[in-house]
Amino acid sequence: MQVPAPFEYRRVSTVDEAVALLYRLGDTARLVAGGHSLLPMMKLRLANFEYLIDINELHDELGYVRAEPGLIRIGAMTRHRELRESAELAAAFPVFGDAERVIADPLVRNRGTLGGSLCQADPSEDLSAVCTTLDASCVIHGMDGERVVSMEDFHRGPYETAVGDAEILTEVRFPVRPRGSSAYETVERRAGDWAVVSAGAAVWLDEAGLIADARVGLAAVGPHTAGIPGIAEALRGQRPAEELWARAGDIAAEACDPVTDRRGSAAYKRHLARELTMRVLRRSVARIDAHIGGHIDGQEV
Amino acid sequence: MQVTMTVNGEEVTRDIEGRLLLVHFLRDHLQLTGTHWGCDTSNCGTCVVWLDGEPVKSCTVLAAMAGGHEVRTVEGLEQNGELDPVQRGFIECHGLQCGFCTPGMMMTARALLDANPDPSDEEIREAISGQICRCTGYATIVRSIRWAAAEQAGTRTTAEEPGRTVASTSGSAS
Ligand SMILES: Cc1cc2nc3c(=O)[nH]c(=O)nc-3n(C[C@H](O)[C@H](O)[C@H](O)COP(=O)(O)OP(=O)(O)OC[C@H]3O[C@@H](n4cnc5c(N)ncnc54)[C@H](O)[C@@H]3O)c2cc1C
Ligand code: FES
Ligand code: FES
Repeated sequence: MQVPAPFEYRRVSTVDEAVALLYRLGDTARLVAGGHSLLPMMKLRLANFEYLIDINELHDELGYVRAEPGLIRIGAMTRHRELRESAELAAAFPVFGDAERVIADPLVRNRGTLGGSLCQADPSEDLSAVCTTLDASCVIHGMDGERVVSMEDFHRGPYETAVGDAEILTEVRFPVRPRGSSAYETVERRAGDWAVVSAGAAVWLDEAGLIADARVGLAAVGPHTAGIPGIAEALRGQRPAEELWARAGDIAAEACDPVTDRRGSAAYKRHLARELTMRVLRRSVARIDAHIGGHIDGQEV
Repeated sequence: MQVTMTVNGEEVTRDIEGRLLLVHFLRDHLQLTGTHWGCDTSNCGTCVVWLDGEPVKSCTVLAAMAGGHEVRTVEGLEQNGELDPVQRGFIECHGLQCGFCTPGMMMTARALLDANPDPSDEEIREAISGQICRCTGYATIVRSIRWAAAEQAGTRTTAEEPGRTVASTSGSAS
């Protein structure tokens, strides 16, 4: 029977309360959101804390998807299921719907949160790849107010983020730029399993139909969840074409660092990184052509 | 610590350890052993109960987290001495063999039918995709849930094979 080591359970109902309690208890305390990453780790005794601070009551304050001109804000306590069901999010970023169909299973998605996914910083976490792809930034609250960090600065390494001991992630912000769309693909061994490899892409075109910007994020292929700058460099200013996707796929395969495990060999995962990168870039552009994505309040931005 | 929650409509209060998982609270503290406990690793779904109306894996929720909230277990499916249509569907269509996965399957099925009274096979399979059955091969579980859907809608006809009476495969699977 797997049970966590003993700890003291605390519950908070506002962000300020959470920060004050974290400040008082220091690194002996940990926040728990959906608990679907943290509790399994505590059951395996890979993580032990003296205090667990339950932030589920913050769902009222931090569970939302808000669309504004040029910007989507998502609260850290928004659950996978809510991300999947948000029509606003689907209209702006189809990549979310693609990813949320394959993250875990419907039961896990009823509990797991965006904030927990990003703060867990597991290199296999799909939403980290999605947020990287969309050039998101993270709002972190502490005793001295809030600060905003890019996804690149947010993830410090596997299971390590920019969130300090007495801080809480409250919101993730996504810029919505014109003529853009996005897509996500994953290969998993069976329903509900973690990805063998996943890839997300977002592409923005200029008025002449050339690529203004393109971003690719991979999951499960090494310690870095950060984007692959080489792909953006290779694609900017080019006209969308199959050869271009192939080149991007090669860059992705080269940039990643997968390991052989029971989900597949390193060589197979590299192959997937290449193939999935091509597919998501191709699909992102097809979606721009079909006017899917890049909408806020029913309007193309 | 003390925890108070509503389980199947009844308020219960117990002294527990903070680390107690909801599945063990239900089984060992409330003797509600209908909720099963299987993999322990959030994978099998036999421990599924409702938390505030949504099916969750109770081996991955602390009992303390359910404090002040509403829990519904398989014991709460039956209403006024009458089995839920989902329970009857599982009986009619042979939705179980050993029965180990059944409580979790039925709780998910009930939640699905509340949200979507006429699900397609694909939607049913998606809904139970986080749950494992080692006996049935799932076909009879899907059929049982369809039987319940038809029973509720009043479209089931006894002349036909149980569960084969609704042609509901046209639903829009997203
Ligand atoms: C069976 C199973 C399969 C899964 N499959 C996948 C999959 O295929 N793809 C995938 O991406 N994920 C998968 N997951 C993980 C799932 O998405 C989790 O829900 C998610 O990783 C964590 O969210 P949570 O809210 O449960 O976080 P928690 O477990 O509550 O927290 C995780 C970490 O983040 C910290 N934290 C949480 N919220 C905050 C905050 N607001 N500010 C600061 N720190 C915070 C916690 O202290 C903890 O360290 C799976 C999980 C399970 C159990
Ligand atoms: S015991 Fe909870 S999912 Fe298996
Ligand atoms: S009936 Fe035996 S596991 Fe499903």
